[in-house]
Amino acid sequence: MAGIASPASGSSDVLVIGGGLQGLSSAFQLAKAGLSVRLLEAEYCGRHASGVNAGGVRTLGRHVAEIPLALAAREQLWHGLADIIGSDGGFVPSGHLQVAESEADEIKAKARVAMLNGLGFFHEQWVDQQQVRELVPSISPHVVGGIWADRDGYALPYKVATAYRLAAEKLGVQIVEQAPVLRVDHQSGMWQASTAQGVFHAPWLVNTAGAWAADFAAQVGDTVPMVAGGLMLMVTQRVAPFVKPVLGAMGRPLSFKQFDNGTVVIGGGLRCEADASQRHAMVDLNRMPKSAQTVIDLFPHLRDVSIARAWTGIEGFMPDEIPVISPSARADNLVHAFGFSAHGFELSPITGCIVAELVTQGTSSLPISAFRVDRFATA
Amino acid sequence: MSNPAIPLNDAPSQVRDLVVIGAGPAGMAAALAAKRRGLDVLLLDEQPKVGGQIYRSITETDAQRERILGADYVYGKSLAEQIRASGLAHWAGASVWQIDPDKTVHVLRNDRTTRIETKSLVIATGAMERPFPVPGWTLPGVMTAGAGQILLKNAAVVPQVPVVLAGCGPLLYLLAAQYLRAGVEIRAVLDTSAGTDWRLAISHATSLLAGWGYVRKGLGLLREIKSAGIPFFKDVGGLRIDGEDAVRQVSFSSAGRAQQIDCELVMLHQGVVPNTQVSWSLRAEHQWDDEQLCWVPVLDSWGQTSLPGIYIAGDGAGIGGALVAEMQGALAGIGVANSLGFGASEDGAQQRAQIAQHLRIRPFLNQQYRPKDEFRIPADDVVVCRCEEVTAGAIREQVQLGCVGPNQTKSFSRCGMGPCQGRQCGLTVTEIIAKEAKLPPQDVGYYRIRPPLKSLSLAQLAAGV
Ligand SMILES: Cc1cc2nc3c(=O)[nH]c(=O)nc-3n(C[C@H](O)[C@H](O)[C@H](O)COP(=O)(O)OP(=O)(O)OC[C@H]3O[C@@H](n4cnc5c(N)ncnc54)[C@H](O)[C@@H]3O)c2cc1C
Ligand SMILES: Cc1cc2nc3c(=O)[nH]c(=O)nc-3n(C[C@H](O)[C@H](O)[C@H](O)COP(=O)(O)OP(=O)(O)OC[C@H]3O[C@@H](n4cnc5c(N)ncnc54)[C@H](O)[C@@H]3O)c2cc1C
Repeated sequence: MAGIASPASGSSDVLVIGGGLQGLSSAFQLAKAGLSVRLLEAEYCGRHASGVNAGGVRTLGRHVAEIPLALAAREQLWHGLADIIGSDGGFVPSGHLQVAESEADEIKAKARVAMLNGLGFFHEQWVDQQQVRELVPSISPHVVGGIWADRDGYALPYKVATAYRLAAEKLGVQIVEQAPVLRVDHQSGMWQASTAQGVFHAPWLVNTAGAWAADFAAQVGDTVPMVAGGLMLMVTQRVAPFVKPVLGAMGRPLSFKQFDNGTVVIGGGLRCEADASQRHAMVDLNRMPKSAQTVIDLFPHLRDVSIARAWTGIEGFMPDEIPVISPSARADNLVHAFGFSAHGFELSPITGCIVAELVTQGTSSLPISAFRVDRFATA
Repeated sequence: MSNPAIPLNDAPSQVRDLVVIGAGPAGMAAALAAKRRGLDVLLLDEQPKVGGQIYRSITETDAQRERILGADYVYGKSLAEQIRASGLAHWAGASVWQIDPDKTVHVLRNDRTTRIETKSLVIATGAMERPFPVPGWTLPGVMTAGAGQILLKNAAVVPQVPVVLAGCGPLLYLLAAQYLRAGVEIRAVLDTSAGTDWRLAISHATSLLAGWGYVRKGLGLLREIKSAGIPFFKDVGGLRIDGEDAVRQVSFSSAGRAQQIDCELVMLHQGVVPNTQVSWSLRAEHQWDDEQLCWVPVLDSWGQTSLPGIYIAGDGAGIGGALVAEMQGALAGIGVANSLGFGASEDGAQQRAQIAQHLRIRPFLNQQYRPKDEFRIPADDVVVCRCEEVTAGAIREQVQLGCVGPNQTKSFSRCGMGPCQGRQCGLTVTEIIAKEAKLPPQDVGYYRIRPPLKSLSLAQLAAGV
C-alpha cells in the first residue's frame, strides 16, 4: 500500500479510527494509561451520532448484559464528569421515568422490576400513580404508574464530545480531522491506516468508526451483521417548564425531555433510511405522527406547540441491539467498539475505560463476553 | 390513550405532472405555461390569494390602494385573471413544510397535513429581506420595510407615528413613495448605499440603456421622496438604534457628520436575497454569488436544479425582479412540459433572450445597492441570531476555537437553531465565519436545513398518517 507521507503522518502506540464519543473517550483513557494516541476522524469530531443524539443518560430499560456497564458509567463517570474531564457536559441528574399507561403496561413493568431485583439490580423501581403525579404533576391522569431510575439524567451531546476531545488533547492525544481512513493493513506487527492526509502507523488499532465500523472489521475478517440506520429526533419551540425527568413509555416508543431553555426534544427509536456512503440520513416525518400523538396524549396542553426542527443521526445497529466491545477474533492488537444500536451515549464514558484495559491488560474488569465480535459467526 | 376524533388524511389520489410552490409572478407564469401545454398542474401557496410579494392581495385591492401602490403593482391583475380563467388547480393557504427526495410534497392546509406526489416541481418561493444586523435592531419598534409593505398590501394598515426609513435598495424607496401617497409621516430617509451619484453612474454605464426603464423608475421614486421635502441623509454609516425596551433614537453619520434623530419607529431594509431554505433542505447544489452577496441554486438553462425534475424560478434563483421572475417561470414551465413529452419541444430561446435583456441592468443595481460590509458583517456586540441571542463576537470566538462552518455554530451556541431555523442569521453567519477564517463563503457553506420548513404543531403532525 503506497501512501504519500505528509508531515502529519507518523507513528504512535495506538491509532483510533473515528472521533465519536467511543473514540474520544477511548483516546482519553488510553492516554491516561500512558500511551501515545492518534485519532483519525473522517469529518470533525462529534459530527455524527455522538454530536446529535438525544443526550439520554439512561440505565433504565437496558438489556441485562449492558446493566453492569451502564451502572458503572453512571456511578463512576457521569456523576463525576467535571472532575474527570473538566466539564460536566451539561449533565443534569433529572431521573428517568418510563410511564405505564394501562394495566398491561403495569404488569409488564412490575415483572421487569422483579426480574432485575432477582438478579441483584435495584436501580429501577416501580412507582405508583400517586408517585408519578408527584414526579410530573402535569401528566395526563390516565397514567397508572411507571418505572423510575432516580440517578439517570441527560447531558448535552456535543458539549460532552467537545469536553472529551479537549481532555484527550490535554493528555497529548493528536486528533487529525478531515482524514477519512481508506483502509487498514497489518504488517510485521504494525497497523497502518491510509488517509488522504498521509499514512499512520501504530502497534495497536482501535475501531470506533460508528455506523462505518463494520467495514473495517470485515477487512480483517471480523464479519458482523451490523447495519447502518438513521434515527430521528424533533424539537419544539420553547414552552413553560412542565416536566423535569426524562420520560419514556412502556407500551409505545417514546423518549422525551424538556431542556432548561424550554424546548422539548422528542424521539425514542424513530428509525429512518440512512445512506452511509453519502454519510447522511433523511428525515421521514411520516414516521413521526405517532410520537407527536403520544406526547399530546401524555400532555394535552402541548397540542398547539410547534415543532421547530427535525433531524437525524446515523448509527450502527446490531441484530441483538447490544454493541460490539471486543478484541478482534482474527487480528492481533485490534479492539472494536461499535454497533451501539441507539443507546451508546450513556455507555461512552465506560467504553473508553474498557478499551484502555483491553489494550493495556488484554482483559476487562467488567463483564463483556456478551459483546464479543464473533458472537454471530458461524463455525 | 389516542384521540379517536383524529380524521384520516386524504390519501394521495393521483400523481400530478407538476406542482408549483409559490403563486408570485414566477409561480403563476410557470403554472400557466405548463397548464397551457396540457399538464396536470397544482399551484400551492400559503397565502390566501395569488400574487406573491409584489402582487400581494391584488385580487382584493380597491382604487385608492391601487393609486398608493402604483402601476407595477396593478400589472399583477392580468396574471391573476389568467390564473382564474385557466381553471388550473390552486390551493390557497397551503404551506409546504417538507419535500422528500422523491419530490413528494408535504402540505399543511386547514390544520391537516397532506402528501402530494408529483413528477416534477417548480419552486417559486421568492426572496426574503436581507438581514440588517446593527446595534439595536432587535428592539421593539424596529421592523423591516418589507413587513411595513405587507401590512399596507394585506390590510391597508400604515404607521400612525412618524417613521425613519434606513437602508438601501429599490424596495426602500418604493415603500417611502407609497407611504408618502398614503399620508404617513416620514421623519427621515437614511440612505446607506455607498453614495455613488446616480447621474454620474448612469453616464458611465453603457449597459444602462437596456435597463433605462428600471433606472427611470428608481429616479422617479427618489424625486418623489426628495420633492416631498423629507430629510434625506446620504452615505450613512455607523448606524445604531438606541433605547431601553423600545426605540428612542437613531444615531449615525452622514457624509462624515454625526447625527441623531428621536423616533419610535424605524424600518430597516438593505435589499432582498433568494430564500433558499427549500432548495438547501433538498440538498440541491448552491453557489455563493459574489455580486449579490448571497447563495443561489446552481441551475441549467431551463432553471432545473442539480436534482432532476426540480426547477427553481423567480427571485429564489437569484434576484431579478418581478418581470424576470415571470419570464423565468414561463421558461421553467416549458422546460417541464418538454421533459414530460408535452407539446412541441420548444427551445425557450425567446424567453432566454428576454430575460437576458432585462438582467442587463443588474450589474449596475448590484453595485449601486451593494450593502456595505459594516451592515452585513457586524461588530462583536451586535446580536446576529435573534432567536438564540448569539452575537457576532461569539461566532468569531467559535472560529478561533476551530469552528469551520455554520453547522458547527449550532453545536457551539445553538446559533441558527431557534424558531426561524437560521433564515434570519444564515447569511450573516456565513459571512462572519468567512471573514474571520479568511475563507471564501463558498467553502464556509450554509446550514443544513431540516424540516419542517414551516411551523407545524404537534397536533397537526399527529393528525397526519
Ligand atoms: C438521533 C439519535 C438519538 C440518540 N439518542 C441517544 C440517547 O438518548 N441516549 C443514548 O445513550 N444514546 C443515544 N443515541 C446513540 C448514541 O448517539 C450512539 O450510540 C453513540 O453516539 C455512538 O458513538 P460512536 O462513537 O460509536 O459513533 P459516532 O458518533 O457516529 O462516531 C463515529 C465517527 O467515526 C467517523 N468515521 C467513520 N468512518 C470513518 C473513516 N473511514 N475514517 C475516519 N473516521 C471515520 C465518523 O465520521 C464519526 O465521527 C442516539 C443516536 C442517535 C443517532
Ligand atoms: C417583503 C418583500 C416585498 C416586496 N415588494 C416588492 C414590490 O412591492 N415591488 C417589487 O417590484 N418587488 C418587490 N419585492 C421583490 C419581489 O419579491 C420580487 O421581485 C417578485 O415578487 C419575485 O417574484 P417570485 O415569484 O419569485 O416570488 P414571490 O412573489 O415572493 O412569491 C413567492 C410565493 O411563495 C410563497 N411561499 C413561500 N414559501 C412557501 C411555502 N413553504 N409554502 C407555500 N408557499 C410558499 C409565498 O407565500 C409567496 O406568495 C418584494 C420582496 C419582498 C421580500
